[in-house]
Amino acid sequence: MDKKIFSAQVNMDDFIPATDSEKEYMVQMRPSSTFFKDSVKRLLKNKVATTCFFIIVFITLAAIFVPMFWPYSYEQMLGMQAGKATDNSFNNLSPFEYSTTEQTLRAAGEKVVPHIFGTDSQGRDYFIRVVYGTRISLAVGFFASIIVLIIGMTIGSIAGYAGGRVDLIIMRIVDIIYSLPDMLMVILLSSVLKVVMEGALDGTVLAKIGSNIISLFIVFGVLYWVSMARLIRGQILSLREQEYVLASQAAGAKGKWIILKHLIPNCFSVIIISTALQIPSAIFTESYLSFLGLGVNAPMPSLGSLACDALNGVSSYPSRLVIPALVISLIVLSLNLFGDGLRDAFDPKLDT
Amino acid sequence: MNTKTLMYIVKRVLLAIVTIWVVITVTFFVMHAVPGGPFTGEKAVTKQVMAAMEAKYGLDKPLGTQYLTYLKDVCLHFDFGPSLKQRGRNVNGIILDGMKTSAKLGIIAALIALIFGVVLGSFAALRRNKLVDRIIMVMTTAFVSMPSFIMGSFLLIIFAISLKIFPANGAARNGLFLPVVTLSLYPMAYITRLTRSSMLEVLGQDYIRTAKAKGVSGTKIIFGHALKNSLIPVITYFGPMLAGIVTGSLVVEQIFAVPGIGRAFVNSITGRDYPLVMGTTIILAALIVIMNLIGDIMYKVVDPRITLE
Repeated sequence: MDKKIFSAQVNMDDFIPATDSEKEYMVQMRPSSTFFKDSVKRLLKNKVATTCFFIIVFITLAAIFVPMFWPYSYEQMLGMQAGKATDNSFNNLSPFEYSTTEQTLRAAGEKVVPHIFGTDSQGRDYFIRVVYGTRISLAVGFFASIIVLIIGMTIGSIAGYAGGRVDLIIMRIVDIIYSLPDMLMVILLSSVLKVVMEGALDGTVLAKIGSNIISLFIVFGVLYWVSMARLIRGQILSLREQEYVLASQAAGAKGKWIILKHLIPNCFSVIIISTALQIPSAIFTESYLSFLGLGVNAPMPSLGSLACDALNGVSSYPSRLVIPALVISLIVLSLNLFGDGLRDAFDPKLDT
Repeated sequence: MNTKTLMYIVKRVLLAIVTIWVVITVTFFVMHAVPGGPFTGEKAVTKQVMAAMEAKYGLDKPLGTQYLTYLKDVCLHFDFGPSLKQRGRNVNGIILDGMKTSAKLGIIAALIALIFGVVLGSFAALRRNKLVDRIIMVMTTAFVSMPSFIMGSFLLIIFAISLKIFPANGAARNGLFLPVVTLSLYPMAYITRLTRSSMLEVLGQDYIRTAKAKGVSGTKIIFGHALKNSLIPVITYFGPMLAGIVTGSLVVEQIFAVPGIGRAFVNSITGRDYPLVMGTTIILAALIVIMNLIGDIMYKVVDPRITLE
């Protein structure tokens, strides 16, 4: 059809239905991938990290669910009934050994759940103590990291976004806390807080958790947020110069909105990586303190305190030291390797 | 050295001084926040005796005055006052006594870690992705993940209890062997990894290729060209290494019953010997801070390429 330059006449050929071959051209070959999906895919390719992830999940699930159906409890002294010692053969059993009472029960044809790891000197089933200790250690590690994350993220993003004098003051404080020898301060603070908290907690809900764990959380909140704050401040410092922040500011957004909606989501990978690596270090610190006798309150076990208690009778019952020690090492090792894998997968700068 | 470096050094020294002051202050006030004085619960003491005791140790004065006196004693005279639990001894004496053993332990452990770490790290880098490298990397990963108290316990079980090669008591003859090994394994593993990665980086540099092209022999390239530059990151690890050895020695001395400063510290916490707790904390903290400072400054001086913020 002959077409005039300024004519409003429509070219009817443009409106012919697409042929099949043309339609095929428009079909999406595969769904578009987000950064998160990409990273997860990269993570799954890393065999070491995936294995470690499954080990962690397995240990966590076991720590949560095994105490629910296991016939013994972590504080139950099996040889005692109503405060009186009834059967001393329950004490110091080696793995898979049975006490006299249980042997008579078994002879009578009843089923007795074996003491997989034996019992300790007070006749408590050691397996459930290890499981419970794992539960405590994992919980402490997890919550301590969350505390560190929240405090570090808040302060770091404020310092980074506000800049100027606020940033200067916050960063000087961070510098000082950062150069404090952390372990010494942790030991000092937790040994004192333990005494202070004991009186203050009586009768409250928190008393159940125990003064030692709470003081541990406080110490983490006071000392360990600094590296997280530094990291996030550095990220935000560069991110706030981006155009979308300017656009948001032009649209009238306030600082809080910009930080929460724009800046923090963009620090996502840094946050995930450092939180994942914070958990093993928190578990490590907890077990270290428990080993020095500053950890969880007795009779609650943690892996560190189990190892510490076992040290006294180590020549006669080495397995009691080896088992919690192996569990701690396994947890810390797999969390570290998983964290490394996470860093490789989520850090776009390393992506080549 | 230019002005920028000088400024940096001044800044770092100031920061170190402030840090030590913060440590002293925090330690002092934290220790005095504990409910009940150091003498409560010891024996049933009459009020007069208690008052006399408090007067003797200056505990009856206002907290601010006590703080200033303490600060003056510590900073000007290096005097940490008398021990409350070990009658007739002062904290300085106890710390000095403990330091003799602990310093020996720590220095030997640090040297072992440094020597073996650098050698193993370079070795792993040269045999990259070969079997030796793999074995070294797996071992170091395991050592890095194993807390020192667990390492110590394992060594105790294996070498002192099962095989009976070394004594379990640190005060005995050859008794320092196992504690030294325990303390050195973690920093050794860390230095190995550090040296390996920086050696790999250095080996990829142009000047190494030039040296190779000139026909310089392998050993000469390593010792004459590569090693010096690949050791720079190791310098920054000096401070953290000392901190690790100090905190490690707290438990290691406990496990092997070594009569050192770490054991004195832990015992003073459980025994509520406040002046001793403060004294050891401040001494150890100052040691770590100063070591960090030296490490940082050396890092800057050794490698002028490093730009500071």
